[in-house]
Amino acid sequence: MKVKITVNNQEKIFECTPSDYLLDTLRDNNYVSVRRGCDTTNCGVCTVLMNGKPVPSCSVLTVQADGKNITTVEGIQEEAEKLGKYFGAEGADQCGYCNPSLALTVYAMKKELVNPTVKEVKKYLVGNLCRCTGYISQERAIMKYLGDKS
Amino acid sequence: MKVSEYVKAKSLNEAYDLLRENKKNYIIAGGAWMKLSVKTADKLVSLDGLGLDQIVLKDGFIEIGALSTLGQIETNETIKKLLDGILVQATGNIMGVNIRNIATIGGSVMGKFSFSDIYPVLEVLDTKLVFHKHGEVELLDFLNNTKFEKDILVKIKIRNQKGKGFFKKVATTPLDFSIINVACSYVENRLKITVGSTPYIAKPCIKAMEYINGVKEITSEVIDKCSSIVLEEVKFSKNIRGSKEYREEIAKVYVTRGIKQVINYEG
Repeated sequence: MKVKITVNNQEKIFECTPSDYLLDTLRDNNYVSVRRGCDTTNCGVCTVLMNGKPVPSCSVLTVQADGKNITTVEGIQEEAEKLGKYFGAEGADQCGYCNPSLALTVYAMKKELVNPTVKEVKKYLVGNLCRCTGYISQERAIMKYLGDKS
Repeated sequence: MKVSEYVKAKSLNEAYDLLRENKKNYIIAGGAWMKLSVKTADKLVSLDGLGLDQIVLKDGFIEIGALSTLGQIETNETIKKLLDGILVQATGNIMGVNIRNIATIGGSVMGKFSFSDIYPVLEVLDTKLVFHKHGEVELLDFLNNTKFEKDILVKIKIRNQKGKGFFKKVATTPLDFSIINVACSYVENRLKITVGSTPYIAKPCIKAMEYINGVKEITSEVIDKCSSIVLEEVKFSKNIRGSKEYREEIAKVYVTRGIKQVINYEG
């Protein structure tokens, strides 16, 4: 079957089966910044934005995304680079596998929450697991990024 | 779950007919846990586009469309104010924000999940379920019957009451299911108590509620006795997340705290 999905502001037609998940469809079509992690709705590493909201692409059927807007990290390049600089400065970058999903979730959070506290940031990001950093350096980087009004 | 055909229903009647025509046809809600299911669906019926994702305040009830996501509920201003925001506390601590943006209240209710954080809260609120064919059904009727499983949940109605609420989820990590969860409400001088994830599905603590709502004055001794009655009437057991004994100890502590919080006990 064919589905029409707008990915990073570009309208695309994807061929898929009713059982295909968005993660597989995106990766099969070279959107490889969308990473495969646990594949069981837990780790958040496959997160993309669907109509601006973070969702786990491993658990969204491709057909459910028909007619919707999907954003991968390439779609927020400028903001991702800005966040990446804070990650580098704070030593929050290690293997980098979770970075695209984290950048997307932080981007969505910035739009959703006004001047969030550290507690609110932690709660928002609880579904994005990182197995390298221990989260402290990420927390510092994200709070500085959120405070940067430039 | 393997899916042979995905059908976007044009009406609730069409969805209902498709659901009834074959045992292997299913309605998809958010689909958050579908991947873990070993079932095969001949037809997976989507209700997307039928307007079931709205939350409105109508005739004194908060009406939550069955396809409203947990994220929508968590950020709804009316629900935030309902009994100290207990429904927001319950939905807002289920997994991460990305899951809550796809998981729906309808899927959570129809799943009758024993670990549900939503059931204890719905049970201490004045909650009714509205089905396509069966119409309005009391929450406990739904829990105690299987006849609604092949009907379509359209919305959940919660009376917009003023009062106090308490919810506590005890879990090893924020991404884990509850080891135990406790909800209490205090509306018009009536206390309601439920304990869930015992590891069985939440049920109201009828005897404990009868006792505490029947006394003239709620004292420390009354609260202690009420908590003890909860332990007698609720069935606790062990599973991978906790032992029977641990659950009992924790339940007693949080039922006591919950009662004290909702009645503003300062003794």
